[in-house]
Amino acid sequence: MRTDVTFRVGGEGGEGVISCGEILTLACARMGLEIYTFRSYPAEIKGGPAMFQVRTSKEILLSQGSELDVLVCFNQEAYDRHAKDLRKDGKGVLIYDASSAKPEDGFNAILYGIPVSEMAKLELRNYLTKNIIFLGILSKLFGVDFSSLETIIREKFGKKGEAILNLNFQALKAGYQAVEKAFPKKDEFVIEAQKNENRLVLSGNQALALGAIQAGMRFYAGYPITPATDIMELLARELPRFNGTVVQAEDEIAAIGMVLGASFAGVKAMTASSGPGIDLMTEFLGLASMAEVPCVIVDCQRAGPSTGMPTKTEQSDLRHVLAAGHGDAPRIVMALTSVEDAFYGMMRAFNYAVRCQMPVIVLTDQYLAQRTATVRKPDVCKVSVEEVLRPTDVELEHYKRFKMTESGVSALTKPGTKGGGFSATGIEHDEDCELSYEPDNHRRMTEKRWKKLNLLLQGPDLFRRHGPLDADIGIIGWGSSEGVIREAVQAANAKGYRVAAFHPKLLHPMPHELGDFVRSVKVVIVPELNFTGQFAKEIRARYLIDVIQLNKVAGLPFTPHEILHKIEEVQETCLKHPHKV
Amino acid sequence: MSETPAQGVITPKDYKTDVHPVWCPGCGDFGVLTCIYRMLATKQISPENLVVVAGIGCSGRLSGYVKSYGFHTVHGRVLPVATGVKSANPELEVLAVGGDGDAYSIGVGHIPHAARRNIDICYIVMDNEVYGLTKGQGSATAPEGMAAGTTPYGQQDEPLNPIAMAIAYDIGFVARGFSAKPKELTDLIIQGVEHKGFALVEVLSPCTTFHDTYKPLSQRVRFIGPEHDPTDRMKAFQLALEKDAIPLGVIYKHERSPFHERTLRIQTDALAKRGRATVDQVLEQFQ
Repeated sequence: MRTDVTFRVGGEGGEGVISCGEILTLACARMGLEIYTFRSYPAEIKGGPAMFQVRTSKEILLSQGSELDVLVCFNQEAYDRHAKDLRKDGKGVLIYDASSAKPEDGFNAILYGIPVSEMAKLELRNYLTKNIIFLGILSKLFGVDFSSLETIIREKFGKKGEAILNLNFQALKAGYQAVEKAFPKKDEFVIEAQKNENRLVLSGNQALALGAIQAGMRFYAGYPITPATDIMELLARELPRFNGTVVQAEDEIAAIGMVLGASFAGVKAMTASSGPGIDLMTEFLGLASMAEVPCVIVDCQRAGPSTGMPTKTEQSDLRHVLAAGHGDAPRIVMALTSVEDAFYGMMRAFNYAVRCQMPVIVLTDQYLAQRTATVRKPDVCKVSVEEVLRPTDVELEHYKRFKMTESGVSALTKPGTKGGGFSATGIEHDEDCELSYEPDNHRRMTEKRWKKLNLLLQGPDLFRRHGPLDADIGIIGWGSSEGVIREAVQAANAKGYRVAAFHPKLLHPMPHELGDFVRSVKVVIVPELNFTGQFAKEIRARYLIDVIQLNKVAGLPFTPHEILHKIEEVQETCLKHPHKV
Repeated sequence: MSETPAQGVITPKDYKTDVHPVWCPGCGDFGVLTCIYRMLATKQISPENLVVVAGIGCSGRLSGYVKSYGFHTVHGRVLPVATGVKSANPELEVLAVGGDGDAYSIGVGHIPHAARRNIDICYIVMDNEVYGLTKGQGSATAPEGMAAGTTPYGQQDEPLNPIAMAIAYDIGFVARGFSAKPKELTDLIIQGVEHKGFALVEVLSPCTTFHDTYKPLSQRVRFIGPEHDPTDRMKAFQLALEKDAIPLGVIYKHERSPFHERTLRIQTDALAKRGRATVDQVLEQFQ
């Protein structure tokens, strides 16, 4: 029996595909299992293909998996779209609505064709119960705890009244009984409960928002945009309980303007958006850099350019956020790597912002933002919270806002502090905040602003490293691909490949340890979800080496198999036959 | 830099910084600056509790000339930054200043939203109908037909009516002053600052170098008499739409709860309904 199971539910948007996946996820998590989900849905509210994938296991999971073990098809289109992803060894399970879908003859899988639409229409007299019938089917086939499902359905639909609730209970039972009556178990996948305490089910966006509150963020301004909106929705619910303020701004320009204003007034502040909104923030980003205003900007990347594919994932904003804006404007760029890292990463983001008095851009993406995973309950004390350097009373007697210091960091006052007044400005200024176009002053102030980045050059918090120390092949990925790469590296190591992965969490400035890693391996692979190899270019430019790019532009994340194939290919071509490099 | 004199009483000159304004001789903005100093002294606002948020352009430099905290922002974005400052610390006195390019062109989209939010700041717009810092091109309030660098055959667009726009957006306090009438202007700015909520003080502030309108304006301005009821929106529109004369004074008023009071209400409601929490407790909701 196999207990590491990857399910995918596919159907039409608005048919309850996503909620079917969400309920299944929660049920598995409450059975003490580890879960890792991935969702893809249309940008429209009704219609278009929707898909929810959940992998569940007794062990910690690093990725959404490479192949599907169980595919649930709500209709023919879902079968046509996803059947190719089901495992090829014939052990895969296809569960489909026999009233609306039919697999091709000789399809190599274990089939359970159940007339779910017909049951919904005839037995339950409500087509919308289809997704719950499927849950009943899954419960009986794989052992998903029936009473957990009932509890979750009550939590989800309880508000809609007893009639709706009972209808859903009936649907759940109908699915369960349909299997019981006519479909003996032919496959080898089971879900078994285990004891597992202190675990939460969180999405990347939820972990991120809560990490920000823990960091002391008390002012949020934003404008709705997919896939960043959940951050604002969670904060709008929770931040007022912390005496914080959430403003829905008229656009992203206003949002970041408000953030700068709030930070200037002495409150930790942030905004979150996605590509189109980040584009609009560019001018203010330069002001934050020039006027040395700490702030955090989250970019939940989605497939671009322009409107692109709002509900699909991509890692293609890196070049933009590294360089956005005119002039030499220093900024810090981080990338979150997992749901757990989203919590701690945001705490570090605020620490970096106040330590360097600089804008910090935190990259995440649709894949990480909207997927849920079981995580150990974050330890709120793990990262200590830093505050901005304030002047002493003696310093306030002759306060210079932009005083030259060894680190480049000058003490910052806030309004309300006697003797601390100054005018923050985007015009080039001197130590005393007065306008200056002197050639030497511009050089000195530019150096001062950039020097602050030296406070972040190395440290264990800035990266993750996986695999043996004496690797031949080095994989340098970034952001949400960490788990997928790590799983691929483990598989490759098990096969005897000498491969290791280095995953920087800080992308600008690049940690020193990245240079050591680059020099320690014979060949470097840079997997990225973009067309042009944005991080690969940075590595080439920074270390003057060539790298092998692995680019995927499908609006979907990497799978461990894709990375593993590349490792095998590189091993074959570059290392066995080095002249081919 | 900013200090309150020990004696306690602050005079207008106490708000002056050592920086000499970059404005041309006769610029209307000198008059506005003086009126702001007088308002501050009248209200005895201590420099450390004052934040002057300024835009880009000649008038935007004003934040550097007032002893206080200042934020010289980017072009057109005075209101978002001022909104952030005031929301983060409602105890502060926040003054927003800028020109007509800032307020009525590049940043005009923020005005209705500042009105909707009713953010408790006073926005002083120094309107000279031109872009002075780029040498006199016509702005959104420039009269039709006015020839300038980028409109050598005359301005082809019609001028915007900022007062009518402000009344349409239901800004809680709408007034117009003239930099050549400092006594009355000081009084309008005082009322704007005292107004609980968003206040717009539109100031005719001529550019003596590129578009000197002192003479024609002096002939057209008239003070609004006591018979006008500023809470009457239709009457306010009538004043805004007057053709020949330019009415000065408080044109429109609509008092209501300002943004920070609404925020406080949300915080109180959230605490009453769901209680104060630690992040650790919020995390437990996700089990």
